[in-house]
Amino acid sequence: MTDANTLMVEKYRNSFLKEVEANVEEGDWVRMCMQCGVCAGSCPLGPHWAHPPQEIFMMIRAGKREEVLTSDSMWMCTSCYNCIVRCPRELPITHIMHGLANYAHRLGIAPKMNPTRRFAKIFWDNIASSGRVNELTLSIKLYFMDGIASGIKKGLEMMGVGLGLVKTGRLNPLGLISHSGVKDTKGLHAMLKKAKEIEDKRKGLA
Amino acid sequence: MAKKEYSFYPGCSSERKASASNYLVSVETISKTLDFKLNEIPDWNCCGASIGYAEGGELPRHAMNARNIALSEKHNAGQDIVATCAACWLGTKETHERLSKSSQLLADTKEALKEAGLDLDYKGEVPIRHMVEVLIEDYGYEELGKPVKKPLEGIKIAGYVGCQTNRPFGVAGESFENPKYLDKLTETMGAEPVESYDQKVTCCGGALAFSEPEKSQVQIKKIIESAYDHGAEMIVTPCPVCQMNVEVYQDQINKKYNTKFKIPVTYYSQLMAVAYGSSAKEAGLNGNIVRATRLEEIASKK
Ligand code: SF4
Ligand code: SF4
Ligand code: SF4
Ligand code: SF4
Repeated sequence: MTDANTLMVEKYRNSFLKEVEANVEEGDWVRMCMQCGVCAGSCPLGPHWAHPPQEIFMMIRAGKREEVLTSDSMWMCTSCYNCIVRCPRELPITHIMHGLANYAHRLGIAPKMNPTRRFAKIFWDNIASSGRVNELTLSIKLYFMDGIASGIKKGLEMMGVGLGLVKTGRLNPLGLISHSGVKDTKGLHAMLKKAKEIEDKRKGLA
Repeated sequence: MAKKEYSFYPGCSSERKASASNYLVSVETISKTLDFKLNEIPDWNCCGASIGYAEGGELPRHAMNARNIALSEKHNAGQDIVATCAACWLGTKETHERLSKSSQLLADTKEALKEAGLDLDYKGEVPIRHMVEVLIEDYGYEELGKPVKKPLEGIKIAGYVGCQTNRPFGVAGESFENPKYLDKLTETMGAEPVESYDQKVTCCGGALAFSEPEKSQVQIKKIIESAYDHGAEMIVTPCPVCQMNVEVYQDQINKKYNTKFKIPVTYYSQLMAVAYGSSAKEAGLNGNIVRATRLEEIASKK
């Protein structure tokens, strides 16, 4: 079986732009970018973007598939929506960044160790299983994502925060055993499974 | 006038014993004073927040939000959907917008929802609103000022609006770069807003405060520092993620940067509850890690 990435490389051989338009959320907007640069100065974590959004749009058009999809730039997006309200062409930049990150992750070529990618996966798995966030199990998984030793270190660093939240009744130490998710988990799981199936089919990934 | 009723989407962080549970307590308190009713959407689920996209993808994420909309249509027909969490509001509203623009997305979403036994009779008519919108638009500053019993005199407050209550949708009539509604609310409660608070819309890092703590804490430091520089004794915010990020990392920032931050970060609804004469407990003040002592003092005064 060929993997999803090879499949897509073959399908869109000559045009990364076409691939983005077809498979990335709101990707059909990329063409509308006029390279004014307003968005590039809008990201709160700006210095950490190797390629700001403006540059990413240019690279998509230039067919730099590998560089774009393996970049950790999109993973620096804080969803602050500065860019969206400022872009003179009204590109939904935030969603395109999310879409690119999701697509790269789906193809298995997003940067493996990027902490936001790993957090996002843990987060989604947390809510997809019970329908609601369990803040305690979520934080524990997060602390221990780099292994036991670093998890304990991080746990200790965050102990003040955790204790403060427990003391003020804002973190449930019993979250490990009792947690109120949605009642209809069966329906929720079936719905999510269906949604993923449809999405994969539409993108030719199924 | 008939009692105002809304279909309420509390969101995970407002759940009992979750990080914003005290927000909910204060909202319930002011709902009694202002006489409106919040009908919780039965069996609501998480919106996917602003980080759900990476693993969740497009359709599953919209299906999550559409499930809430469908449940609201079914159980709270005709009522506006109201969220207290900025991310919940944004996520639901985004789905709502996307569904009304794309018939294919709508059809796909409906198909997925059927699996959960739900029919989405989607007409796109029910607005999705943030609690502050409801207060400002359905009541207005004048009405909100009427029940004030204990004006918060002499407290200087920096209104930290943040991102997602402000962009991309925002509150009607406000600018994205310099929204003034929090200042106006603060003033209505008798306190003194810091009008020149230059970091009022700076992003705190949002969900990346977990995954990229060092980078986000640079943002949070700017937000707090500017509040101090302008003489604020307290920060007020409309967003549970902002509240948490700006409040709970102060110790870590102090250690790293040798600062002495210890500024209370409260919700607008807590200010209102205290000004309306409620107790500290009813205002959820016992949920603040950095105690809002000035508010506690006022609340305990007869
Ligand atoms: S602001 Fe809009 S038009 Fe300008 S570079 Fe960014 S995406 Fe392109
Ligand atoms: S939403 Fe993302 S891409 Fe847009 S300005 Fe913020 S960080 Fe940058
Ligand atoms: S945005 Fe946050 S609080 Fe709201 S439903 Fe999602 S995870 Fe829960
Ligand atoms: S300021 Fe931060 S926490 Fe608040 S809405 Fe924006 S990203 Fe979220």
